[in-house]
Formats: sequence, structure tokens, C-alpha cells
Amino acid sequence: MNWTETIERISGVNPRKCMKCGKCTATCPAYEEMEYHPHQFVDMLSSGRVEELMGSRGIYMCLSCFACVERCPRNVEPAALIEAVRTAVLRQQGANHMKADAVPALLEEELPQQAITSALRKYSKGG
Amino acid sequence: MTYSYFPGCTLKTKGADLDHWGRLSMEALGIHLEELPQWQCCGAVYPMAKDEIASRLSAVRALAAARDLNRPLVTLCSACHHVIKRTNYDMAHDETFRDRANNYMKLDTPYAGEARVIHYLEVLRDTVGFDQLKKQVKHPLTGEKIGAYYGCLLLRPSKQMAMDDPENPTILEDFIRAIGAEPVIYAQRNECCGGYVTLENRDFAKRRANAVLENAQAQGAQMLITACPLCLYNLKENGGGQLPVAYFTQLLAQALGIREEQA
Repeated sequence: MNWTETIERISGVNPRKCMKCGKCTATCPAYEEMEYHPHQFVDMLSSGRVEELMGSRGIYMCLSCFACVERCPRNVEPAALIEAVRTAVLRQQGANHMKADAVPALLEEELPQQAITSALRKYSKGG
Repeated sequence: MTYSYFPGCTLKTKGADLDHWGRLSMEALGIHLEELPQWQCCGAVYPMAKDEIASRLSAVRALAAARDLNRPLVTLCSACHHVIKRTNYDMAHDETFRDRANNYMKLDTPYAGEARVIHYLEVLRDTVGFDQLKKQVKHPLTGEKIGAYYGCLLLRPSKQMAMDDPENPTILEDFIRAIGAEPVIYAQRNECCGGYVTLENRDFAKRRANAVLENAQAQGAQMLITACPLCLYNLKENGGGQLPVAYFTQLLAQALGIREEQA
């Protein structure tokens, strides 16, 4: 498997367009939760370190808030790259991060359906 | 005037207040929202993976149905709006996705992004007009200092969403003025509430919600309004109770005198 090609195919983004301005990290509301900040994440993809990122906790912390996508001056779309790495993990057999069986225990009175469906869509890919 | 309307799953259940007061208010303003027949889940999140087709198909179905009815499609939930609007953009601009979706769906007439998707707030701004809305207000919320909470999904990415300035939006502040209250500007109004990550890392989601609430409170807001059930949940359940949080349609119905009529 050529992970670099896979990530670029899934995301449609070329991480080598990054000019390392750090705006994505500056604007990311989740950066403190990630072991690699968004600009570091993009830099690691540029140098082919995909498998390290596939094992990182940060891929489950991205909020998909599109702040980095909106504010990147080079249209690198860090959130799309993070989603591509997470997707590459989840598409492997048995690699779902959230299992449907686990959902009932997470439910509470006020939790909107939207939250459950969104989380399942983000954290599992069938299989 | 009649528009097609996509409520979405949450507005039928936990977010029923957003839907209920939204429909009644629009009716009072002379616009009938006709629920799209046999609508399905919008997909909940827009998949950023370019090769993910299936999770965008239910949005395409809603779009094609709206096109066939020849009416604009009005959304109210921020998440539904985001997914449906972006999928419509993809159907108009991404040939590979369009071909694959049409090949799979075999619609009577292939779909290529013809429907017009508009958020409820855009109907207020562009069809009703905030000046006209102001004239129809029976009970202005005079003296109330309200913070608009946009969150992420209505505004970004601005190229696709095209609702308002993504960094300095005004649509909700103009709405707040139209119902007679005073908008409070605060920096976190277009930053994330914590979203679905509340199910993965609740402590982090709590920090996000409190960052929004504390910032709004420090700037003088006495309450927040939102168009998103998940934002409402995060701010209310994960925040520290600093400020009350309501759907903007609840205040709209109150200002129009609909809530007391129903009471």
C-alpha cells in the first residue's frame, strides 16, 4: 500500500503546497488535544510519515469545524488531510473507532440524534 | 408563497422546538414551508473524503426531489444545511461525483445541482427582509443583550456555503436587531462548540463550550441563540450554565407574538 498516494487520493489535497505559515494550528480549537498540531500533521504527510499519523490520537480529535480549511492561504485543507488519514484507518477490517454496539451506553436524555449519527459517521466505516 | 422544507431527523425529536417555532413563524410571515415528501437523513456530516459517494446520496435524493417540485429547498438545522448545500455544490461542480451518483441512483432526470438550497435565516434576510420582519414584530425584545452563536457549519467553507462573511458575519446580528434586541459581538461566535467530539472526549467538549460561553458573557451577552441542535446541546449540557441558550426561532416566535397565542 502506498499510503501517501492513498491519502492524496482520498483527500484530493497535495500537502506539499503547504508554506508552513502555521495558521491552521493557530486557529485550531483542538490543537491542545493533538500530539501533532495541524501544521506538523501536514508536514509529516509531506515527508511520507503516514503510518505514524494513522496511529495518532489526534485523528479522532479533529472537530471538522473547517476553521483551518477556511483560513489556509494555500488551500491545503488540513481537516481534509486529517479526515483522509482517519478514513484510511477506519476502512481496514475491524478498525472502527466507535462501534454501533457501544452507542446505547453513550445515550443520554438531551443528546440530539445528530450527535450520534455524526460521531458514528466520523468514527466508523462499517465492517 | 410556498417553499420546500427539509427538517431532518433531530428537528423531529430533540430539536423539535427549532422546527415548531420556525414553521409557525414563517407561516405568520406569509411563507408556507411544505415538508419534502419522504425525506431521509441528510447524512449528518459532510464527508471530506472525495471518494466517499454513498454517504452523500441521501442529500442528492432530497435535492432531486426539490428540483422536481420546482421550489427552493429551505433548511433550518445547521448540519442539514451544511451537508445538503455542499452536496449540491459537488453535484454542480464535481463531474466524477455527479456521474457516479447519477449512475447509482438512476433518477428519471439526472441531477446536476439545479435545486436552490437556502437556509431559513436567508429566507428571513432575502425574501421577507429584516426591515419587514421588524414591522411585524409585536413584542420587541427591547433591552435584551443577545449573542449570536454561529458555530462552524453555517459559514464554512465560505466558498461553498456562501451565506455570509465567514469571519465577520452579520445575518444573526441583523436578525437580533430586527426582533428589537441588542446583538453582542464576541470572538468565539464562529468557533466550534465541541461538535460530535462530545461522544469521544467529553472533557475537551466541555472546555470548548465553556470557552464560548465565557467569552460571550465577558462581552456582555445575557443569552445566546443558535440554529444548531448540537451547538445547543453542547453549550447547555457541557457548559457551566453561564448563559441561557435558545434556538433563534424561539425568540422569533416570541417577538411575533406566536408563543403567547399558543400558551
